[in-house]
Amino acid sequence: MTGETAGHDRAAPAFTFSAENLKAARDVIAKYPEGRQASAVMPLLDLAQRQNGGWLSPAAIEYIADFLEMPRIRVWEVATFYTMYKLEPVGRHHVQVCTNLPCWLRGSDAILGTCREHLGIRVGETSEDNLFTLSEVECLGACVNAPMMQIGDDYYEDLSPDSVRAILDDLRAGGTPKPGSQIGRRSCEPVEMPDPATGTDGGDGGV
Amino acid sequence: MLQDKDRIFTNIYGFESSALAEARARGDWDATRDLITKGREWMVEEVKQSGLRGRGGAGFSTGMKWSFMPKQVGPRPHYLVINADEGEPGTCKDREIMRHEPHKLIEGCLLAGFAMAAHTCYVYIRGEFRREAEAFQRAVDEAYDAGLIGRDACGSGWDFDIHVHLGAGAYICGEETALLESLEGRKGQPRLKPPFPAGVGLYGCPTTVNNVETIAVVPAILRRGSHWFASIGRPRNTGTKLFNISGHVNKPCTVEEAMGVPLKALIERHAGGVRGGWDNLLAVIPGGSSVPLMPRSVCDDVLMDFDSLRDAQSGLGTAAVMVMDRSTDVVKAITRLARFYMHESCGQCTPCREGTGWMWRVLARMAEGRARVDEIDVLEEVTRQVEGHTICALGDAAAWPIQGLIRHFRPELERRIREHEAAAARRAA
Repeated sequence: MTGETAGHDRAAPAFTFSAENLKAARDVIAKYPEGRQASAVMPLLDLAQRQNGGWLSPAAIEYIADFLEMPRIRVWEVATFYTMYKLEPVGRHHVQVCTNLPCWLRGSDAILGTCREHLGIRVGETSEDNLFTLSEVECLGACVNAPMMQIGDDYYEDLSPDSVRAILDDLRAGGTPKPGSQIGRRSCEPVEMPDPATGTDGGDGGV
Repeated sequence: MLQDKDRIFTNIYGFESSALAEARARGDWDATRDLITKGREWMVEEVKQSGLRGRGGAGFSTGMKWSFMPKQVGPRPHYLVINADEGEPGTCKDREIMRHEPHKLIEGCLLAGFAMAAHTCYVYIRGEFRREAEAFQRAVDEAYDAGLIGRDACGSGWDFDIHVHLGAGAYICGEETALLESLEGRKGQPRLKPPFPAGVGLYGCPTTVNNVETIAVVPAILRRGSHWFASIGRPRNTGTKLFNISGHVNKPCTVEEAMGVPLKALIERHAGGVRGGWDNLLAVIPGGSSVPLMPRSVCDDVLMDFDSLRDAQSGLGTAAVMVMDRSTDVVKAITRLARFYMHESCGQCTPCREGTGWMWRVLARMAEGRARVDEIDVLEEVTRQVEGHTICALGDAAAWPIQGLIRHFRPELERRIREHEAAAARRAA
C-alpha cells in the first residue's frame, strides 16, 4: 500500500451516517437479537465505507463503534482484520485482479500486467487522476470463468488482455462495461453450450 | 454418469429465471408443508439414510450433525447458519446456487431449520459476492411475500426467518467457528472445540452450520426419498455433487454429476478434455486448494468421491477440480497456494502463523532451485509440525498441498536445485 498507515490521518473530517444510511443501519441492527447489535458491525462498516468514497477513515470507524456502543478497539480489530475494509483512500474504480491458482493457470499474469500497463500504476497504487486503484487479490470464487477481476461490486470474467483494455477504457470514458463473462457465456456452462433462452451459441467470443 | 431425471440443480446455469414462479415450475416449494407435517424425527432420519455428507469440504454426515442438536428447545433458541463464505480456491458452486437456484436453498433452510427447531437462520455470504447476495435477498423477499417463510411458514405453523449477512474478505470465516465469531461482530478467529456449535454456537446457543449445497439438496432428498439419493453414487458416497472444473481444460465449467464419477470421464465428457489431450495432463488438484495434487498416473482411473480420493492420498474437499497440463510449473503452482495460506492465516496459532510464511518462503526459493536438496526433507518435516497442531484445519490445509508436491514431484524439486547448483558452479569457474 502507498501513503500513510492506518490511524495516522487524525485530521480527516468527522463522519456521520446520511439519513438514508441511518435508516439502513437500523434495519441491519434489527436482524440480530436484542443486545447483539455488535453483529451489525461488519455491515455497518461496509455502509460507512460506501458513504465515505470507498475507504474507512478513523473517524468513520470510531463513529461505528460509538453507534453500536462497542469499545473502539473492538471495531478497529474488525476493520483491520478483513481485507475488504480499506484503510486508505482508493480510486473511484478499485480494480482487483485474482491471481490465485485457477486464474493463474489461465493467464492472470497477463491480465495483471495489462492492468499495470494500461493504467500506468503498480499493484497497490492509485492513478494520479484518482480514477483507478489496482490490487492483486485472492480467490474470488469464479474459477471456471478464469481469469477474472472484480471492479466495484461487479465481476468481469473469461478475460483476455484485449477485453481488459476495453473494460478499463470504457470506465475511463465514464461508461459502464457489461459485467460477467466477456466471451458471451451466460454463467458457468461449458463454452459452446447452446442457451435455450436465446438459441445462441455462447462459444465464439460474441458478447 | 448422472441421468437427467436425477439432476437436482436443473437451472444451475441460469438459462431460466431464478424467480419464484419459475422455481415452482421446476418443482421447488411443492407441498413443502406436507414434508414439515411428517415431523422432525422423520426429516433427520431421512437425511441420515440418504447418506448425505457435507458439501463444504469436510464430508461429515449431515443427518448425524443435525442429530447433535438438543432434541428439546431449552431457554436458549436454536440457530441454523448457512456457510456461503465460498472461498476455497477453485470453488464456485455455491455462487451459482445463490444466484440461479436460490429457492432450493431457501426451502432447504426452512426444512433444516424446522428439523433442528430453529426459528432463525443466518446466511453468511462472502462479501465479494455482492451481486449473488442481492439475487439471493430478492428470492428471500419473494419467499416472505408468498408466505413461504416468515410467520407460519408455508402454513405449517412454524415461524422461520432468514437473514443475509455479508462477510468482508477473510477465507478463514469459512471455518464454522470463525464464521460464528465473525457473525457475532468479531475478528474471524476459530474457537477451540469442544464445545461444539451444536451445544454452544451463535450467541452461546445451539447452532448448526451447513454449507449452501448441502442444504440446497435437502428438499430433493425429502421429496424424492432417501433411497433415491442413496441409489446414486456408491455406498458412503451417495447422491449428486456439483463439480467445478477449472484450469487447463478446453471448456471449464460447473456440472452436476453422480458421486463417484471417474475423474477422466468428468473432464472429458463435461469440460471438453485436457488442453492438448489426456496425455498432456500433468496433475489434478481434485477438491479445492486444500487437498494434495494427484499426478497423471493416479488421475487415469480414480473415482471422484470422498473415499476413493482419500485412498488416493487426496480428498474430495469441495469438488473443485483444478487441472494442470504439462506446461504448468507445478512448483510455482503450489507456491502460489502456499502464499494464499500465508495471507489467510488468522494468526491465532503460532504453527500456522509462522509456518505458512516459512513454508512459502522456502517453496519460493525451491521454485527457482535456490535451495539445498536436504531442505526438501526439512520442508516436509515442517509441514508435519504445522499439520494437526492448530485450532482449525487451515494449518492442515496449508500443509497438505506441499506434502503432495513432495510426494509426487520430489525429482522435479531435486532437478531444479541441481541445475541451479550447476549454474552457480559454472559461474564460479
